[in-house]
Amino acid sequence: MNSAVIVFPGSNCDRDVAVALEQVTGRKAAMVWHKDSDLPGGTDFIALPGGFSYGDYLRSGAMAARSPIMRAVAGAAGRGVPVIGICNGFQVLTEAGLLPGALMRNAGLSFVCRPVSLRVENSQSLFTCGYEAGETVHFPVAHHDGNYQADEATLDRLEDQARVAFRYQEEVNGSARGIAGILNDTGNVLGLMPHPERAIEPAHGGSDGRRLFEGLLETVS
Amino acid sequence: MPEFHLASIALRVTLKPKGKTMKARVFVTLKPGVLDPQGKAIHHALEGLGFAGVNDVRAGKLIELDLADGTSDDQIEAMCRKLLANTVIENFRIERMENA
Repeated sequence: MNSAVIVFPGSNCDRDVAVALEQVTGRKAAMVWHKDSDLPGGTDFIALPGGFSYGDYLRSGAMAARSPIMRAVAGAAGRGVPVIGICNGFQVLTEAGLLPGALMRNAGLSFVCRPVSLRVENSQSLFTCGYEAGETVHFPVAHHDGNYQADEATLDRLEDQARVAFRYQEEVNGSARGIAGILNDTGNVLGLMPHPERAIEPAHGGSDGRRLFEGLLETVS
Repeated sequence: MPEFHLASIALRVTLKPKGKTMKARVFVTLKPGVLDPQGKAIHHALEGLGFAGVNDVRAGKLIELDLADGTSDDQIEAMCRKLLANTVIENFRIERMENA
């Protein structure tokens, strides 16, 4: 699996996700600068990392979503290349229109930074095939703007089409229907606020995130 | 000396921009019904300061644009739709201010 990690000014989980990918796939990920307009040839997985791209100016992810590389990412997503957006990466995907809805300020206004329990709602996707449906997993969260909101019709559509990948099992940020992660309509784009790449080995306090990358590796290669 | 002085004035005049400029203000507000945690916090703080009678607070953004003369309404609206507002959750209103 040839992975590309997009690096924006202010990304701070780009190395974490690159390390996770290298550990699981045995290959170094290409680090792609946001001003590049092309992805490396043969890229078959793209990760948009967490962080505070452009200092969260205007809205979280708003500037990054309009950077040159995002055209190439949207093009690849349209061809079916799997794309994951973690935390700020999820915000970038919604701002870019690759996922519906928006991520707003946490309902409690505080930055939330702790491990949370999540239910795997859909275990059939590229990203979640390493899990059992209904299983509880623990990933850390670290965000200020993770409150997922969309209109009722969009939320119903996400539920009906089994596009809610992960749901919080506890109150975290006020997200509509407890949504922690969603898929696009073709199932090859996942955005989630919790950080699977920060839970890939026991030294992290848990390794539930590892299976996300392992499952992906199995389906992509 | 007087010639020298005049020359420097002439230089300054040529450097001044010729065309008219135009300003626009873009007001970005959360759509009705969208939860506004920041507005709520401001509301709480106002109550804490003893200001009674505040029924609700909604926080938004004001963005001022200094534009080349001739920028069309359509262009400003496109800026709003493409970047300045996230129309999933926000509305925007444009106020043009022509000045010479």
